[in-house]
Amino acid sequence: MPTYRFRLNGKPVSVDSWDPDQPLLYVLRDALDLHGPKFGCGLGQCGACTVHVDGAPIRSCTTPVSRVSDRTVMTLEGTGSLDSPDKVQAAFIAEQAAQCGYCTNGMIMATRALLARTPRPTLDQARQALAGHICRCGTHTRILRAVMRAAQA
Amino acid sequence: MSTLLTLSRRELLKAGGALVVTFSFSNWRPEHVWAQTPIGKPLDKPLDPADVDSFIAIHADGTATIYSGKVDVGTGLRIAVAQMAAEELGMPAARITVIDGDTGICPDQGGTGGSTGLTRGGAEIRQAAASARQALLALSATRLNRPASDLTIADGEVRPLSGGAGVTVGDLIGDRRFSVKVDAKAPLRSPAQYNVVGKPLLRPDVPAKTAARHPYVHDVKVPGMLHARVVRPPSVGATLTAVDDSSLKGIPDARAVRLGNFLAVVAKGEWAAVKGSSALKATWSEVPRLPGSAGLDRWARDGAIDRDQSVVNKGDVRGALQGASKMLSASYFWPMQSHASLGPSCSVADVKADGTTTVWSASQGTHGLRNNLARVFGLPAEKVRVIFAEGSGSYGTNGSDHVAADAVLLSKTLGQPVRVQWSRQDELAWDPKGPQQLLDLRAGLDASGRIVAWDNQMWLPMQMPGARALLAAEAAGLQQENGRNAGLLSQNGDPPYAADAVSVVVHSLKESPLPISNLRAPGKIANVFAVESFTDEIAYAIGSDPVAFRLSRLTDPRAVEVIGRATERIGWQARVSPNPQAKQGSLLVGRGMAYARYKQAENYVAIAMDVAVDPATGGIAVRRIVCAHDCGLIVNPDALRNQVEGCIVQTLSRALHEETTFDRSRVTSVDWGSYPVLTFPEAPAMDVILIDRPDQPLLGAGEAATAPVAAALANAVFDATGARLRTAPFTHARVRAALAASTRRA
Repeated sequence: MPTYRFRLNGKPVSVDSWDPDQPLLYVLRDALDLHGPKFGCGLGQCGACTVHVDGAPIRSCTTPVSRVSDRTVMTLEGTGSLDSPDKVQAAFIAEQAAQCGYCTNGMIMATRALLARTPRPTLDQARQALAGHICRCGTHTRILRAVMRAAQA
Repeated sequence: MSTLLTLSRRELLKAGGALVVTFSFSNWRPEHVWAQTPIGKPLDKPLDPADVDSFIAIHADGTATIYSGKVDVGTGLRIAVAQMAAEELGMPAARITVIDGDTGICPDQGGTGGSTGLTRGGAEIRQAAASARQALLALSATRLNRPASDLTIADGEVRPLSGGAGVTVGDLIGDRRFSVKVDAKAPLRSPAQYNVVGKPLLRPDVPAKTAARHPYVHDVKVPGMLHARVVRPPSVGATLTAVDDSSLKGIPDARAVRLGNFLAVVAKGEWAAVKGSSALKATWSEVPRLPGSAGLDRWARDGAIDRDQSVVNKGDVRGALQGASKMLSASYFWPMQSHASLGPSCSVADVKADGTTTVWSASQGTHGLRNNLARVFGLPAEKVRVIFAEGSGSYGTNGSDHVAADAVLLSKTLGQPVRVQWSRQDELAWDPKGPQQLLDLRAGLDASGRIVAWDNQMWLPMQMPGARALLAAEAAGLQQENGRNAGLLSQNGDPPYAADAVSVVVHSLKESPLPISNLRAPGKIANVFAVESFTDEIAYAIGSDPVAFRLSRLTDPRAVEVIGRATERIGWQARVSPNPQAKQGSLLVGRGMAYARYKQAENYVAIAMDVAVDPATGGIAVRRIVCAHDCGLIVNPDALRNQVEGCIVQTLSRALHEETTFDRSRVTSVDWGSYPVLTFPEAPAMDVILIDRPDQPLLGAGEAATAPVAAALANAVFDATGARLRTAPFTHARVRAALAASTRRA
């Protein structure tokens, strides 16, 4: 079985996969026991599975594991922690920007990517940055406030 | 390697697992509630809602655990229940952990729905806590040798009012049973004394949700667990004629499991199950049996009727209509819609050989699910434990109950724990739907504009008692109840305004195109869409400002206040629609409002909004929404505000975009392209005014603010364009068609 090596949240990992097309999402959730990225559609449509590869947000449900060989992957677990949330997580907590929280992973990873390239986004830029992310509970207002708060932090 | 496993129903009922399973909590917060109750050990805890110990355990360290039968599906129920209990127990809410929906340790308080989480679930827990308070006072009276009347409880300590040493509740009762009954007469704290209820305490789940530490049902892992995907028939009611399991060749450890028309691919690895389920070659015999969603309003109007039922009947509507100086009529239609959970439903089941069964489920009714699973799969109910684990938001009965049945069927068949994850297509195609609703409204007015007659005929699917059929059991040919229930669909069909004669009649259709269930605010969203749109149509017909029209026909001061507050905040100018100054560049702008008292007995909600319509595209942009919301006593204003905002945004999504489409054979809205929901660029600016009434009973808030949204939107579009939208969703094409049909062309 082929082995794939990449850096995950700052540490080198290697995983075996019988199928080079196996989406990264299943490798992360099942083999590596990371539960930040969520399965939402498997179609790259909703953003719940978002992780960063070499600093850019990607949909892990449609990214084959073979494509991240020798690259750097960061998941929600690689950002802040429960005891020490980073500024984006802290903003989401302060704004209570979640209901079911199933989309939260994608919202936070997309926000990190936005703030990395646009540290002081306008509200409209924040809306556009999240345009490909679905929140079904309707917490849009709070999530947008959290993005703007994180930008001020 | 692949083997096709085919069992008869008889074998199926005998089959069972032999694996001894322990649950692993690695990777999860050790303090998480599941760790407190090891799976597989006998659970020695009262469950009778008559016993205080069923609801409350106070621990030696001064913390407490509350056991709630109602569940938190991202709604903030846990913090609100903790606040209500904390207030009565005299301890900080932060010391209370709420465990919800685990049938092994939580009392059955009925399913979570109809906004009853706090009004029934929370109220029962509050009464248990008040009873516990009396027990604590009695215990400490003995311990401290003081009369109970000289004692109070604050910050987890019983203290003499006259001064002197107290005793902590942990010392008094820590980890021992109260062994007292819930006393319906135990005095409740007066709202004037509240210091926990009413505070915007932060929800305990939110930090964990931002840090990937909140356990979802999708995250449950059990040793020896297999992964499965169900292969659904290509069309509703199709019969499985052949399975070619050689098509699974090359997919490691994957095998097909067939039980009648139930077909699944099971594998050790999840990706193998996914890949196997799409690779598996199966032959189905199909007969087109759906009516198709195009023209579903006509299908409903022409459908066979089981019976007609008068739900509101005041005065002589027929006579009043005949005598009216002006008569108006209009028809409204709401389509079938999906719960459209962001995370498709998932469940893990572990059925052992002796029938001992553990199911992890995000169902909003875990106790009902347990009973149904036991009945359908021939398991002893006392040996079945359904453990609630949060899923993606469900907003009613989504696919959660079905996926649990899938998992139980497979685990029982294979003798191993099985995790079933539905696909995006499974969820949108096979979750039970919110039903379509067709309404015909007529109103008669006298010369002064008084409503002398109001007639509402609604066509709704007939409801039937019993549990809804589970897809897995149906496919496998198991006997089950075939109930049909989608909630209280006919409420809010009468106007909240003064009207001399009122009739609301429900025509119960024998058929439903697809299986249905309760979807958030069942029936009320469409009913208020019709009633409040029609109200604006009447106001327009007599040349009245829509707000003035409503206020002159309302007397309840709480109704008057929400309308006043919402319209004042949005800057409502009294005038007749349409907006004489609608043109704003290439856009047409307008404002609209709607009001409802939820179920005609609960929350008062008024919503006003500003919209811009692009007549070239038919696109509607909602620029700003103001909502004034009165649900009596507020338990947690921020959690409440979150719910109200969610109600509004989700209903905007339903009104603007959502329709479950199907052809003669199958559902065709099966992904986020074919079943679009509201996106971030469309999210409106929002202003929610909460009116707190500590002297009034608390009311649930998970649904009420949904009700006026669609009508406020349609009324605003009429104000902007002069075109009346009477069919949801208000797609670009529908708006363009309505514009073309209206006399006032853009």
